[in-house]
Amino acid sequence: MTKFEMELIDLLREDCRLPLEKLAVMLGSTTEVVAETIDRLEEERVILHYAPTINWDKTDRERVEAMIQVNVTPQRDKGFDEVAGRIYRFEEVKSVYLMSGGYDLLVLVEGRNLKELALFVSSKLSALEQVTGTQTCFVLKRYKEDGIVFEGEKTDNRLVIVP
Amino acid sequence: MYDKFINPSVAAVPPSGIRRFFDIAATMKDAISLGVGEPDFVTPYHIRNAAINSIIDGETQYTGNRGLPQLLEEIAYYMERRFDVKYNPKKEILVTVGASEAIDIALRAMVGPGDEVLVPEPSYVSYSPSVVFAGGTPVGIETKAEDEFRLTPEALRKAITPRTKCLILPYPNNPTGGIMEKEDLEAIAEVVREKQIMVLNDEIYAELTYGGRQHVSFASLPGMWDYTITLNGFSKAFAMTGWRVGFACGPEAIISVMLKIHQYGIMCASRMSQVAALEALQNGRLNDYEDVRKMRESYDRRRRLMVEGFRAMGLDCFEPRGAFYVFPSIKSTGLTSEEFCNRLLMEHKIACVPGTAFGASGEGHIRCSYATGIDKLNIALERMEAFVKGLK
Repeated sequence: MTKFEMELIDLLREDCRLPLEKLAVMLGSTTEVVAETIDRLEEERVILHYAPTINWDKTDRERVEAMIQVNVTPQRDKGFDEVAGRIYRFEEVKSVYLMSGGYDLLVLVEGRNLKELALFVSSKLSALEQVTGTQTCFVLKRYKEDGIVFEGEKTDNRLVIVP
Repeated sequence: MYDKFINPSVAAVPPSGIRRFFDIAATMKDAISLGVGEPDFVTPYHIRNAAINSIIDGETQYTGNRGLPQLLEEIAYYMERRFDVKYNPKKEILVTVGASEAIDIALRAMVGPGDEVLVPEPSYVSYSPSVVFAGGTPVGIETKAEDEFRLTPEALRKAITPRTKCLILPYPNNPTGGIMEKEDLEAIAEVVREKQIMVLNDEIYAELTYGGRQHVSFASLPGMWDYTITLNGFSKAFAMTGWRVGFACGPEAIISVMLKIHQYGIMCASRMSQVAALEALQNGRLNDYEDVRKMRESYDRRRRLMVEGFRAMGLDCFEPRGAFYVFPSIKSTGLTSEEFCNRLLMEHKIACVPGTAFGASGEGHIRCSYATGIDKLNIALERMEAFVKGLK
C-alpha cells in the first residue's frame, strides 16, 4: 500500500461522498488518478463498501441487536472457517469474528424484536451441529460506533475570531 | 476622569483591529468563520487525561519558577530531536504561560527606552504592542507576496540602525503562511553576525510546515545560537491553546533575566497545564510525535483545497507552506481588505480577517484559516466564489 493510497482511504473513511475533484486537490493528484485508484482498491476488495452510520433511535424502525458468544467444535482441516461460514450466511447476522478468550465466535445479529432474535438463536444457531453453546447479550444502548459518537452534538468551543 | 490615571504609552496603542469583526461575527449564528487562529482539533485525549489524573492526585501546587524539571528536560530533548538545537534544561529553558508570555518577557528583558525592535509585517498582532509596552520602538519591515512573504537580507539591512536591538523572526508566519528555508535564514544570519543584533525567533508554528520542508530553527545555524531566543509552545502543534503553556530557550544570560521577570510577575505556569504538556512530549518521544503528524497531514489536505479554491475563483494566491492560513490577494476585486471582509460577512456570512489587522502591508489580502472542517471549508469556498463573481 502506498502512502497515497493510505491517505485516500483515510479521506474516504472520513467522508466517502467527497467529489473526486476535491479528493484530487487535497491529495495533490489528478481526478483521473484518484478515480483509477479507487476503482482498483474496490476491485482488489480493499474497499468493500460505502455505507452511512445511522442513529436508529431517531428512526421509526424497530430494531434489536445482540452479540452472541458462541462455542463451537472446530472441524478437522477446516478449523473454524466452515462453521463461521455456516453462521454468517444467515441474513440476521451482521458480523462474525473469531475470538481469543472464553468463547470461539462472536456473532452480531440484528432483528426487529427480541422474539425474532430469540427464535434465531434457538432454531437456527443452536441447531447447527458444531455449535456447543451460546450466550446472548442484547445491546441496550449504542454510544459510539466506528468512531462516531451518537449523542451530544459536536461543539466548537473556539471564539469566532482569534488573531 | 480616568484619563489621567491611564499610562499614556499604553493608551496610545490602538486596540486589536479584529475586535470589531469579532463583535459582528459573534452575533451571526450561521456564519462560517475562517477567522479562527487556533486548531479545530481538541487536545488529544491522553493529554487531557494526564491533566485530570494529576488534579485527582492532588498535584495542585506551584511549581518552581522555571517549570517542572521533567518538563524542562523533555523540552530539551524535543528541541534537540526535532530542531537540532541543544539547550541546558537547568539554565537555558523557561516554561511560560503560552508563547505570548515568552514574547512579552523576552522583549522586556532586552528592550528599553530608545531601543528599536524590527518586526517583519504582516505578522501576528501582538509583537508591536509588546515592544511598546516594553518601552521600545517597533519598526516594521514590509514583506511582499512576490517574495512569498519572506524576510530578505536587503530589507533587514535597510531597517537596521544603531538603535536596533533585536529582530523578531516570525516564521512559519501568521497570517501569511510563509516560511523561511535554510538558505533564506543563512542570508539573515550573515546580517545578524555583522550587525550584532539579537533574534527573537517565534517558532510557534514550527511543526506545521508542508510539502516536505521541515522547519529550520534559526539557532541551529552556525554561530546563531548565541544571538537567538527561541520561543515555542504547545498551542498549535498539540492543539493545546487553552492550556497556555509555552517556553523560551536561549543563552543563560538572557533567560535568567526573563526568569526574573517571570518570577515576580507570574510565579509559574499552571501546574496542570505543565503536566499536560509533559504528557504531550513524553508520549511524542515514544511514537515520534504521532499526534502532531496526524494533525499536520489533515491541515495539509485542507491547505491544498483552499489554495485551489481561491485560484479557481480567479484570486492570486501564493501557496502557503506553513501554519494554517492562506493569505490570498483580493486586489483584483477593487475592494480594500476591510471592505471585502465586511461585505463577505454581511452578504454571505463568511468571517475572514482583513490583512490590515496584521500591519499596513497586509492591505489587499485577507487571512483565511483552514483549521475548520472540510465540509465547512467547501461551503465557505462556494459562497466566496459567488461573492467574488458577483463583484466582477
